[in-house]
Amino acid sequence: MSAPHTPPSAPPTHPDASAPPGPAAIAVRDLVKRYGPVTAVDGVSFTVPRGAVVGLLGGNGAGKTTTISLILGLLLPTSGGIEVLGHDMLSDRFAALPRMNFSSPYVDLPHRLTVRENLTVYAHLYGLRDIPGRIARLAEDLDFAHLLKRPTGRLSAGQKTRVALAKALINDPEVLMLDEPTASLDPDTGDRIRGHLEAYRARTGAAIFLASHNMAEVERLCDDVLIMRRGRVHDRGSPAELKTRYRRPDLEQVFLDIARATGGAIDESSADQEDAHPHPPARPEDAR
Amino acid sequence: MNERFPLPVRRVLAIVLRHIYVLRGSPPRILEMAYWPTVQMILWGFISKFFVGHSEWVAQAAGVLIAGVLLWDVLFRANIGQAVGFMEEMWSRNLGHLFVSPLRPYEFLVGTMTMSLVRTTVGVLPAALLAIPFYDFNVFGLGWPLATFFASLMMFGWAIGVFISGILLRFGLGAESLAWAFVFAFGPISGIYYPISVLPEWLQAIALAAPPAHVFEGMRAVLFEGRVDTHHMAAAFGLNLLYLGAAAAFFLAMVTSARRRGQLLDLGE
Repeated sequence: MSAPHTPPSAPPTHPDASAPPGPAAIAVRDLVKRYGPVTAVDGVSFTVPRGAVVGLLGGNGAGKTTTISLILGLLLPTSGGIEVLGHDMLSDRFAALPRMNFSSPYVDLPHRLTVRENLTVYAHLYGLRDIPGRIARLAEDLDFAHLLKRPTGRLSAGQKTRVALAKALINDPEVLMLDEPTASLDPDTGDRIRGHLEAYRARTGAAIFLASHNMAEVERLCDDVLIMRRGRVHDRGSPAELKTRYRRPDLEQVFLDIARATGGAIDESSADQEDAHPHPPARPEDAR
Repeated sequence: MNERFPLPVRRVLAIVLRHIYVLRGSPPRILEMAYWPTVQMILWGFISKFFVGHSEWVAQAAGVLIAGVLLWDVLFRANIGQAVGFMEEMWSRNLGHLFVSPLRPYEFLVGTMTMSLVRTTVGVLPAALLAIPFYDFNVFGLGWPLATFFASLMMFGWAIGVFISGILLRFGLGAESLAWAFVFAFGPISGIYYPISVLPEWLQAIALAAPPAHVFEGMRAVLFEGRVDTHHMAAAFGLNLLYLGAAAAFFLAMVTSARRRGQLLDLGE
């Protein structure tokens, strides 16, 4: 099934009304990342307004984590431009970094340190004040006060996800980047985290950019959704617009429609197109 | 930590705090830091006692071997302390978080160097103090030149540690053993237990291109002749600035390379 596409350069249209004025939270222009012959991100352009929650959907290897890593500055692009809060991330990233944060299941916190110690170290790195009070509030909000004295390496996967989210929120970021924010969480805790993110956005006007495989989560949280395939933005729109466009009751069906209409997979795993366009890696190491 | 410190200082101290937390939670690590220098000192103390009676050269300055082993340990611990500070972040897959925080790479290096100073002091000081009652040798009797020897060896240890950290960024933890092994390449040409003049002439030139040879020659000048050799001191510091600058530039180049190749998310166990 084919469907008309919103032009990839069109901006998202649903920023939060309470969003602070100023330059866009994230502005990505013609972003390309190649590893030798492999193109992981292929000419991606989009804008995330302040106060908006924008989701990044795509199969494994579609380029989601690479895109987030490029925005964060963990990766250098082959070409293209990235601005966060008006700062060029290639030449002026340290002006933006104190105002943003991220969590990812691909990056851990030191295992031997307790949860409180880890959060204390990061609070100092961000130059915060009233660190004990801030940690106590986050621990209460994210329900891990009883874990503060436990070594981070002894937490369950779900507990680690909550602590990583606390680290991502420690500096009240204006731009929050989340890669699979509710991975490994039980439905109840996942629901609580999603509620917390909604409240955080409403309270602070922060922009949230999240990559997820959880369609219900994306549908609930996101004003706008970018669907990536083979390193490109394949389609975009609000969850409602996408459902209307594809005439489907939920985003999961939309995702599957796109996957089936494009050769059975929305990610890079379709072998018949391998020669025409090398697979973008799920993570950078896949490309080496 | 004082919240009124300037932000760069707080970020450096945050890195120190992170490693203090590790040590605080692991008493065996603190013991291990002091264990090897003490064992070395005891071993070389007995060797010294033996040579005092059998070697005219050692008899002229009874503490020359113990001072050598203690100062060599300063270099070794400074290197290990710096490199381990970096490897801790790799072992825990924490580099991704650090490099998207406001922490600058140079602040990270200063933090790990500071921690290396702490580790070295904790490791070598007990051995130096024990040498006084055990062998009646007080390394602090070297006087103020000892501070310059210590500083010089710390700087060169940092330079090696920072260089190894860059290698680890490029090749991953597969190169981990270099953190322990690389510094020993300087052992034979540092003149720890013998004068540089023992070496073949061509090797002397190579030896004197590295700061430790100047430090140990300077140490012997104090112990044997009661003379402070400012020429060796100045040469050691000048070379240290050169090597430390080159190592830092190499590390920063490797950070850029890792960002280009996508390794900051990937490095770890």
